[in-house]
Amino acid sequence: MTSFKLNGKSMTVEADADTPLLWVIRDDAGLTGTKFGCGIGMCGACIVHIAGKATRSCVTPLSAVEGAEIVTIEGLDPKGQHPVQKAWQDLQVPQCGYCQSGQIMQAAAVLKDNPNISDADIDAQMNGNLCRCMTYTRIRAAVRQAANAMKGA
Amino acid sequence: MDTSVNAPILTRRGFLIAAAGTGVAFSFLTACTTETASTAPPFEPTQWFAIDNNGIVTVNVIRAEMGQHVGTSLARILADELEAPWENVRIAHVDSDPKWGLMVTGGSWSVWQTYPLYSQAGAAGRIALIEAGAAALGVDPASCTAANGEVISGDKKISYKDIIRKGGLTKTYTPDDLAKITFKPAADRKLIGKPVTSLDIVEKTTGAAIYGIDAKVEGMVYGCPILPPTRNGSQVTYIMDAPAKEIKGYIQTIALKDPSNTVPGWAMVIADSWHAAKKAAAAVTIEYSPGPTTNVSEKDLQDHAAKLILDASKGSVLATGATDTAPAFKAAKSTIEATYTTATALHFQMEPLNALALQKDGKWEIHTGNQWQSLVLPWLAKALEVPETNVVMKTYRLGGGFGRRLNGDYAVGAALAAKAIGKPVKMVMTREDDVKFDSVRSPSVQKLKMAFDKDGAVTGMEQHVACGWPTEVMAPFFMPKGEKDVPFDPFAISGANHWYAVGAHKVRAISNDLANETFRPGWLRSVGPGFTNWALESFMDEAAHKLKLDPVAFRLKLLTAEGANAGSAPNSVGGAKRQANVVQLAAQKAGWGAPLPEGTGLGLATSFGQERDMPTWVACVARVNVNKGTGAVKVEKLTLVADAGTIVDPDGARAQMEGASLWGLSLALHEGTEFENGNVKARNLGAYTPLRLADVPELDISFVESTEAPVGLGEPATTIVGPAIGNAIYNAVGARLRHIPITSAAVKAALA
Repeated sequence: MTSFKLNGKSMTVEADADTPLLWVIRDDAGLTGTKFGCGIGMCGACIVHIAGKATRSCVTPLSAVEGAEIVTIEGLDPKGQHPVQKAWQDLQVPQCGYCQSGQIMQAAAVLKDNPNISDADIDAQMNGNLCRCMTYTRIRAAVRQAANAMKGA
Repeated sequence: MDTSVNAPILTRRGFLIAAAGTGVAFSFLTACTTETASTAPPFEPTQWFAIDNNGIVTVNVIRAEMGQHVGTSLARILADELEAPWENVRIAHVDSDPKWGLMVTGGSWSVWQTYPLYSQAGAAGRIALIEAGAAALGVDPASCTAANGEVISGDKKISYKDIIRKGGLTKTYTPDDLAKITFKPAADRKLIGKPVTSLDIVEKTTGAAIYGIDAKVEGMVYGCPILPPTRNGSQVTYIMDAPAKEIKGYIQTIALKDPSNTVPGWAMVIADSWHAAKKAAAAVTIEYSPGPTTNVSEKDLQDHAAKLILDASKGSVLATGATDTAPAFKAAKSTIEATYTTATALHFQMEPLNALALQKDGKWEIHTGNQWQSLVLPWLAKALEVPETNVVMKTYRLGGGFGRRLNGDYAVGAALAAKAIGKPVKMVMTREDDVKFDSVRSPSVQKLKMAFDKDGAVTGMEQHVACGWPTEVMAPFFMPKGEKDVPFDPFAISGANHWYAVGAHKVRAISNDLANETFRPGWLRSVGPGFTNWALESFMDEAAHKLKLDPVAFRLKLLTAEGANAGSAPNSVGGAKRQANVVQLAAQKAGWGAPLPEGTGLGLATSFGQERDMPTWVACVARVNVNKGTGAVKVEKLTLVADAGTIVDPDGARAQMEGASLWGLSLALHEGTEFENGNVKARNLGAYTPLRLADVPELDISFVESTEAPVGLGEPATTIVGPAIGNAIYNAVGARLRHIPITSAAVKAALA
């Protein structure tokens, strides 16, 4: 039995301790916005926030999240209007959209730590998130736009 | 390519209109119901759309949504002619049904094929509403216009909503009536070419968008397949699952029996969670009688292709006009010849292959993202041993298509497992198995030759292309015939039948039978032109340099737009002149001819896109910097110009150009794997390294303003970036690369 907080709600699951958090979120909690991409922590589609840090849930075993505060894309903002989401909508970033939950969660965590991010840091911090539709130029622009909005806030 | 492919969807859909509905579900409409209720039925003048008694227009879209915002593009075509306000438009991505005709999303065809169809449907609806509105207002229909969801005559007007609430709208049209409908002038368009917000964006930023992998039903169990040692010809001989029984949630392992031979040698591990199924799969031991290709390597495949090219009796020569090149080469003052190759490339769509299969009310339901329902339905029917009419493909968003899900083979595995255990099975493949089972872009070998007369004029050209043929393996009925009635795979040769005036021109397509046997060749974004244009445009540069001509000037000289290259209405008006135009524009914009720093070069490549019958004229100039010491290539900027006729969805068009051009860059410098022991060597990220954000160059993308027929934009840009980079490397440092992916080591070797 493992207990944690998911998007502010307490949850206890019986899955094996080695079960990746990704599948607990998707299949036990039924929140499917977090995506399975590579299963080895190299594409970023499964990124969630654990204690505010961007974390790859496909390589995070359930045993590692006892008592943790976990936030998924569904819990990032009650109305889906986090500054990063707004920038993504405004610039029409998503194509297929499959990687975008992870992109947004990565960007939101990075900008929370550092809204004064440089262009070079945007490249470096977002480089671990694969987008197969290659929406990269818009991702770059949207992170910048969100950073500006968060600085102003 | 060929009207034979496109004809069905354009003609089969007669507008045999009945007032009676066709049973399309309007599930979301309840949410839109407003103030007063009405029981008036929706007005459904064609199967392509309906307007309900709240004035909400639902457009039925048969194309898969895989990132191109296709519903938004297509719906606005219809809504524009219908004069419906955009905020009242909804999109229904429909399930498979024979009434829709050919259901396929690929080839960059969607807008091009749908444009006339939806323009007619929208215009027919508008005319019917004007007639009904005129009657309601007691005026002459000729005095009426329609705009913003209203019929207007002088100072009187009535909304579509109120017309429908009056009921009795039963207007029907014959195909002849529809053919007489004239569309409104381009200047009156309100939605086509104007910025509107794509309807699928918000849900893709909140986690709400539902993809195939998110499908679920009550009582389902999970499946994780175990793949055989070869794609074809392997059989399971023994299964030992004792260790798997120790895993919590494990249910059983089944060797699938597949009458359709789509997934031969598959076993499916069933458990009550996917994690358990995956874990159990690693604990099950299976023995096989393997297929014959267990030892095949990339080199075997390429050597075989090269051998086939040398045999003049192999392949199909396309009917490109004067195909007898022998006299030109015999009389030539000089010639040039070169061989180009491309490595195996993966789709690596972000959402691993998956499908949920179940039986309900005597019918099979397949819940999955798919690009070609009409192709996989017969396989499913054969596998399940039921009539095709008993199988329905439920529609989901695709976490990337790129051609992988044109081939729906993965759905067969889920269906067979569900049949075997009598329960709904949700199959998800691991990334490694998704890749192993990929329908890869075949490696290719191409040989090109050109003949010149004493004045340096081009008098003859040949392009021979050998690779695996996806269409031969999966959809032979889609293959047109070349000379002597020999069929060829258009998606393995298109692009070579270019618009340059080169005198006698022989284009020969050759099927690599060893490739077809070893793997199931796939259609990968930009298909044939993705590799034929790599060879063609690299070779055009080599020819220009041999003649000591500027590569841009050389191309312009050959883009004469005469004879077969003059173009024709409606799709290729202007012909090669439009290709010359984009070449000039791209060169100008990129500063062609200006001095550049040491190690930096510009390279140009151009194309007509996917098919001669649907040309999208594109040109790209790549600016690269090459490190002579390491051979490392840095792409600094890509300048792209496209003439795609009418641009229906400006932001979507730009997004497609962005993605397609970076795909071209990724394939040229970052991707590629190889066959080893009958399977691809790279199975996941780390070994396979698609383009990431830090390596994305500046993009300068522009469109030629045009009111010509709209054509496709999902792929053409992919075909020009690779050769533009190769040509830029040559112009920067003098190294000629003839294989993609281009590696630093290859650049260094070419410099030595």
